[in-house]
Amino acid sequence: MQLAAKLVDVKKEYVLKGETVRALRGVSMEIPEGDYLAIMGASGSGKSTMLNILGCLDKPTSGKIYLGSDDITTLDDWHLSNIRGSRIGFVFQSYNLVQQLTVLENIEVPLFYQGNVSRKSRQRCIELAEMVGLKDRLNHRPTQLSGGQQQRVAIARSLVNNPYFILADEPTGNLDSVTTEEILQLLDRLNAEGRTIILVTHETNVGERAKRIIWLKDGEVEKEVNNRKTTVL
Amino acid sequence: MPLWKIAWRSIQHRSLASALTAFSMGLGVALVVAVIVIYGVLNQTFMRSAQGYDIVVGPPKGSPLEVVLGAVFYSGYLSDTIPYDYFRQLETGRYSPEVETAIPIALGDHIFGMPVIATAPKYFTKLKYLEKYNYTFSSGGNMSADSDFEAVLGYTAAKKAKLKAGDKFKPTLAKHIPSKEFPEPDSFTVAGILDPTGTPNDQAFFINIEGFFIMNDHLPKSALNDVMSKRQTEDKGTEAGGKRISAVLVLTKVQDIKPTVTKDERGMETVNIERLESQKFDPATMSLADRLVQDLDVQVAKPAYEITRLFEMIVGKIQIVLIIFAVLVIFVAGIGMMVSIYNSMNERRQEIAIMRALGAKRATVMSIILLESILLSLGGGLIGMVIGHGLLIGIGPIIASAVMVVVNPFHFQPMELALIPGLLVLASLVGYLPAVIAYRTDVAQSLNP
Ligand SMILES: Nc1ncnc2c1ncn2[C@@H]1O[C@H](COP(=O)(O)OP(=O)(O)O)[C@@H](O)[C@H]1O
Ligand SMILES: [Mg+2]
Repeated sequence: MQLAAKLVDVKKEYVLKGETVRALRGVSMEIPEGDYLAIMGASGSGKSTMLNILGCLDKPTSGKIYLGSDDITTLDDWHLSNIRGSRIGFVFQSYNLVQQLTVLENIEVPLFYQGNVSRKSRQRCIELAEMVGLKDRLNHRPTQLSGGQQQRVAIARSLVNNPYFILADEPTGNLDSVTTEEILQLLDRLNAEGRTIILVTHETNVGERAKRIIWLKDGEVEKEVNNRKTTVL
Repeated sequence: MPLWKIAWRSIQHRSLASALTAFSMGLGVALVVAVIVIYGVLNQTFMRSAQGYDIVVGPPKGSPLEVVLGAVFYSGYLSDTIPYDYFRQLETGRYSPEVETAIPIALGDHIFGMPVIATAPKYFTKLKYLEKYNYTFSSGGNMSADSDFEAVLGYTAAKKAKLKAGDKFKPTLAKHIPSKEFPEPDSFTVAGILDPTGTPNDQAFFINIEGFFIMNDHLPKSALNDVMSKRQTEDKGTEAGGKRISAVLVLTKVQDIKPTVTKDERGMETVNIERLESQKFDPATMSLADRLVQDLDVQVAKPAYEITRLFEMIVGKIQIVLIIFAVLVIFVAGIGMMVSIYNSMNERRQEIAIMRALGAKRATVMSIILLESILLSLGGGLIGMVIGHGLLIGIGPIIASAVMVVVNPFHFQPMELALIPGLLVLASLVGYLPAVIAYRTDVAQSLNP
């Protein structure tokens, strides 16, 4: 089975005013392609840290990280930027759309930073907008959209570079239950289509939608729960 | 979507702050533009106004500069007079072989706040203005040598006095109760109105000097205002009919290498080659000037020299002060812009982090911030050029009436173009600090503050 990502004994320490905070104390895991993984745990358990490292936003203090079959631990900022732009899709709790750009332009942004904007790619962006149900909102600004709609734009954006996996940090944290359900259904559908999804949440009802849950505690994997024992991994 | 467009969108996003910073930059640039244009025009006018002639022969009283200012700008410094006979000697008398053209001028009253200058018709045919242009008429033509009571009006003078070609006017402020001996002052007929020249002549009334003498003869001394006319009547009966003038404008002969052949009684020929340099530093001029001073009760001033000196002494220094001032304004505006962008960096940390998360490199976000500062500066510069020239529409007339120099607000000085690279440098300096902040933004921390 192909791996979307693999962590080997990843440690992350922060030094804050002379004190060392050990945010991750040696985490290893494999994330196969097509996985739907929820990372859960108490506040301060290291969820965000792990997501940042998986997303190439931060470097581990030690350990190895593979995206596909490439070790990215040794790469510099320039290469990491390229990997973020071309292989990872981000979905954030607060949507993080660029306020001054339109829906269509927001979806296009990752391609732009890779210098991959073309007429064909624009067509793809329109298709993605259509897929998340915002075909008639292409020229709206984020402020003109509801929270659920903004998150759907963010999801379309996360797909535009055909990523190895989608990293979603509390994607429903700002949404009401009805909209949460909409977004979760969208994620379900994407996973059913073969997309790998890694999400961080502290809401059990959200975590239960994933195929498996990894519980973190004090920077270590506490337990792993397989939600769909019947599905073949 | 190119980088500058992203930068532009950021500017639009904070439109009020952006507009204010660009505007303050614009004010600085406007000042610089105004100073540059005014300086350019003054320079051109000062340096070239006098160049239709080489030397001014004027009264010995006062400095050569005063003589030049009187002759070129018709300022009140030239209040003393010289005998009209001196002009004759230059035009047709003993100095005439070295003289190409000699033109008498006599400064009279100011009417409508503008000077009346008595001169000969050839002023407009033999002299050029701003180095190379011949005088042309917007209506009518030159005053004729045959009729004494004709006048030529500068463009602005005609407008202000509301006179057209063919109209009559009295070029004096002399007031008296008309009597048989002293009737009403003589009227002059406007023969023509000059096209605008951008020189002090735009604001002058030129009357035929012959008519001027007659007019003064016809007026009682008590009614006369200007020193010139008073002197005329005092000197009545002395040489050349007691006529007096303010100065003679002299264009000396242009002489190249010119062989002169002399024959003695036996038919032997001798060829003398006289080598004379360019007109300005013509040894003939020098010697003529020296001899004039020696022979007559006059002083000889060289306008090109005097005016260059004056200009460098006063206007040049004022310009430097003004430019420094304006550059300081731009500099302060630059700091304002830096503060504005710098302050916005806090709220933009997240925005930058998003860009970085989505694949933007450090250099990319850095360039976006730099571009933003450059766009704001250049935009401000553009606004400044518009305001600057607009300002000139407002202050042009004030300058025109103060120093009699016409400032065309749409006159574009090539020096203004130097502002563009200057602004680019400033923008880079201003944008540098915020750009470095953008460069250093810690993505992971800034994404989820
Ligand atoms: N930039 C940082 N500097 C210092 N300590 C940090 C930093 N980020 C996280 N930490 C610490 O690391 C630990 C894990 O944090 P985090 O990954 O944010 O946990 P979670 O997302 O599960 O709440 C916490 O104790 C937190 O205080
Ligand atoms: Mg967290």
